[in-house]
Amino acid sequence: MKYIDEYRDGAIARALASDITSLATRHWVLMEICGGQTHTIMRYGLDELLPASIELVHGPGCPVCVTPIETIDKAIALAMLPDVTLVSYGDMLRVPGSHSDLFRAKARGADVRIAYAPTEALKIARAHPERKVVFLAIGFETTAPANAMTVWQARREGLTNFSMLASHVLVPPAMRALLSSPDNRIQGFIAPGHVCTVVGYREYEELAREFFIPIVVGGFEPVDLLEAILMLVRQLEEGTAIVQNQYARSVSYQGNLPAQQILREVFEVADQKWRGIGEIPQSGMRFRREYAAYDANHLFALDLIAADEPAECISAMILQGRRKPTECAAFGTRCTPENPLGAPMVSSEGACAAYYTYRRHAVATAQETR
Amino acid sequence: MCLAIPGKVLEVEEVGGLRAGKVQFGGIVRAVRLDFVPEARRGDYVMVHVGFAISQVDEQEAARTYELLRQMGALENELPAAETDALHREQAE
Ligand code: SF4
Repeated sequence: MKYIDEYRDGAIARALASDITSLATRHWVLMEICGGQTHTIMRYGLDELLPASIELVHGPGCPVCVTPIETIDKAIALAMLPDVTLVSYGDMLRVPGSHSDLFRAKARGADVRIAYAPTEALKIARAHPERKVVFLAIGFETTAPANAMTVWQARREGLTNFSMLASHVLVPPAMRALLSSPDNRIQGFIAPGHVCTVVGYREYEELAREFFIPIVVGGFEPVDLLEAILMLVRQLEEGTAIVQNQYARSVSYQGNLPAQQILREVFEVADQKWRGIGEIPQSGMRFRREYAAYDANHLFALDLIAADEPAECISAMILQGRRKPTECAAFGTRCTPENPLGAPMVSSEGACAAYYTYRRHAVATAQETR
Repeated sequence: MCLAIPGKVLEVEEVGGLRAGKVQFGGIVRAVRLDFVPEARRGDYVMVHVGFAISQVDEQEAARTYELLRQMGALENELPAAETDALHREQAE
């Protein structure tokens, strides 16, 4: 497939890795924000291709992982209501809430349906006027415009049986929170290419200046990531801290203006809780007043008390790049994708799931030989 | 969740202020919303995420990045001969 094969070229990947090796004179800690990038790194073994001096830590960019446990609990409670159809991305079904998950709710008779696009939920609402259709709308800046467009369309059509349980998160405030932490180790960021496709990278320039940290907007193919790492290492070795755009085939400085416009039309920036991390100021989006009729939080008053995460799960550390999934005592034993203790083991973008899928055999062998 | 997949626009239609079309991903064709890529035409490549195109792939940029990558690594010096040959063969094709 055009634009995929080229960027998976193994020869180029090895050449880039050797350029990185010859450039790096000391230890550098780089974070890829996006869970999709974490998966590429693990899947193609990019971390093993790199010299030991380059340490990759994995960031919080997994929307499934950071959706607050309260939101999951609420989705389950809504799904159990007799007149509600809850529509969700498949990844969300196994995410543990305080006491259960959507998958189990479905098994107990709740009307839970899986969708690949928010507009599918709209279609269900049109076809079933007797049902209250709630879409569990999670996502970063990449996904939020599609959700916004769907709500805008529902309003235009005058649909009264459609709403969203929304949990949107924004990347730059999370980067700011990581960088402001006293024990921060991150020296360079690979910024998420699809988030920047939507919002551009102006805000990242502010971060680069304020914290004097190099940031490279990176793509998702192995060669993209290696090139982004090379660009970061070059900046670090030269002592510069600017934003560079490795993923220019999709990302422009301004980003996607029509997408930003619909986003602003429907949502406004607000404080947001991140699962495992806590509240980050101005890091989420809530419905504007004009769209309150589509806000499931507003429509269904539910008072739920969230339980704590299982004590064993160190997902907070994982999501901030402070620990690797293999450092968790439950990894691969008491916590697996079939029986996850924490959200990072569920999602196709979660770091624990990435290690489980691509590394667990290596880990097991290492443990046996110890 | 933040994955976006490149596909080729086969058809564009505008209905009641909404823009949609058919996009081909490898062997599969899907209906995709094109509201956010007002300039995309038949034959263009777009990145698609949860049913919406979020950007039009800049073909020149895609080709340029690749060419740059291919050159900058001084491939011939650093690769075992066999692989360099394979690469040349691919180029010749
Ligand atoms: S392996 Fe499981 S229990 Fe451990 S941090 Fe990851 S999700 Fe939590």
